[in-house]
Amino acid sequence: MSHVAHSTTTTTARTERSATASKAYAAFLGIGLVLLIVAPLFFYPIFLMKLLCFALFACAFNLLLGYTGLLSFGHATFFGGAAYFTAHVTKEWGVTPEIGILIGVAGAAALGLIMGFFAIRRQGIYFAMITLALSQMFFFFCLQAEFTHGEDGIQSVPRGHLFGFIDLNDTTSMYYFVLAVFLIGMIVIWRFINSPFGMILKSIRENEQRAISLGYSVARYKLGAFVMSAALAGLAGGTKALVFQFATLTDVGWQMSGEVILMTLLGGIGTLIGPVFGAGLVVTLQNYLATSQFPVTIITGVVFMVCVLLFRRGIIGEFYASRLGRKLGFEHRR
Amino acid sequence: MAAPVQELHEEPRVVLSARGLSKSFGAFAAVRDVDLDIHHARVHALIGPNGAGKTTVFNLLTKFLQPTAGSITLLGTDITKTAPDKVARMGLVRSFQISAVFPHLTVLDNVRVALQRPNGLATQFWLPTSSLDRLNARADELIENVGLKRERDAIAADLSYGRKRVLEIATTLALDPKVLLLDEPMAGMGQEDIGTVSSIIREVAKTRAVLMVEHNLSVVADICHHVTVLQRGEILAEGDYAAVSEDERVRLAYMGTEDA
Repeated sequence: MSHVAHSTTTTTARTERSATASKAYAAFLGIGLVLLIVAPLFFYPIFLMKLLCFALFACAFNLLLGYTGLLSFGHATFFGGAAYFTAHVTKEWGVTPEIGILIGVAGAAALGLIMGFFAIRRQGIYFAMITLALSQMFFFFCLQAEFTHGEDGIQSVPRGHLFGFIDLNDTTSMYYFVLAVFLIGMIVIWRFINSPFGMILKSIRENEQRAISLGYSVARYKLGAFVMSAALAGLAGGTKALVFQFATLTDVGWQMSGEVILMTLLGGIGTLIGPVFGAGLVVTLQNYLATSQFPVTIITGVVFMVCVLLFRRGIIGEFYASRLGRKLGFEHRR
Repeated sequence: MAAPVQELHEEPRVVLSARGLSKSFGAFAAVRDVDLDIHHARVHALIGPNGAGKTTVFNLLTKFLQPTAGSITLLGTDITKTAPDKVARMGLVRSFQISAVFPHLTVLDNVRVALQRPNGLATQFWLPTSSLDRLNARADELIENVGLKRERDAIAADLSYGRKRVLEIATTLALDPKVLLLDEPMAGMGQEDIGTVSSIIREVAKTRAVLMVEHNLSVVADICHHVTVLQRGEILAEGDYAAVSEDERVRLAYMGTEDA
């Protein structure tokens, strides 16, 4: 039977190619890790730490957009909210940095549960609008609340001593701490995607009606992914507050929610490491343009348009779909 | 002391019933005052011309649509206001008119997704995907029963249309449903697959109730015990195939020149 023979050969070829892909992937990851470890010798560490925080933020956002199919327009709430929580508890309560970050994560997860509860049953543009509206409400809360200090933000947040004895005021220690947080976040995302839960998320994205007819309460699974995404965005935000030693309204504003969408689109929706590259590109652009005559928003706007018009899959997405990427067997790696 | 003969031939009891089921979309009444009784260990066919409301009835029974009026009872429980996923967990599982597989998953993964929830392996986000391997034995059994063994590791989207339908039946059976609703299970299938699916349906109906929408009347005559004919959202005729096919109104409305 010809169709059977055909599918058997493609299956074998695919298995071989995905084995090549796994090897290639492992090699790239190894190189990337080495580069991240030696990077502070060549680049300004604060810039690298900012980059890692935004990369983690974008990956957390992608967990929702790329792996659950939900476009949130309110992720700044979790990023900036966690920054406020972490800054407040480390400065006012004097907790150690790791506890401060964990409190930020818990706060972001709680906000995610609330926002998700109201938004999760809506689809598409309605979902995006509800998340935007709720995040604007949170923005005004931050503007008015006592502990956020309004326009001033929370300033001179102490980095403190990690576990009570590693001084994070030392830039090198701080860098490796941020790198460790980033890697932990990435491992959590990777495990989340490749788990029994991730399998159900994937099936919901593929065919929601069928998932319902198999007895899955899809809203609950989506809410789970939403809270996880919010918590990881909080991990990035809390860490960023310690890096820069302040938390401000910028991080909870709607522009921040827009920026993370741009990073994810640029890097490649639904690819594990795409958002890292997207965040890297956006942060680097902002950094260089900040000191030049060019207006940053116009340049990023143009970059966004070029991306949408010319490479919709994003940098990594296009690479996976390219001839080289297919040769290495990446086309099914999503 | 129960007589063993009676246990072998289980008394056909009603497991799913609808009374006065109606659904209107604005002014258009898609389904009007439909009464249905689906029996355990029986295959029940729902037939009728295009637009008669067969799929709407399916959507109402499985709660994918909320009825405008009427009530539905599943295994003695009123499910008129129950959510569709809850209904599925109670044992009423449906297939769809257009093939409903997870296209980018393998055949094995398609079946495993269905097995995950009943086996309590759906919410663990901290375990590796390989933890699902303990579902493989059951999944392989289901795959083998429907004759998909050679396509086990193929991506579902690469299968022929008929094979996708067969896969869908395998995933539906993975839930071990008490009532099975199949929306045109044979549509677009080759003769070979029709034979396979017919015998699968006959086999599974020995221990559960089956309601199916089907256009292929020889299949209906072959495997269905009871036939309900719908026309313009209302029941036109009911009975076994022989009785229904003799009915003048049915011939006029649906069967036309095709002599039964």
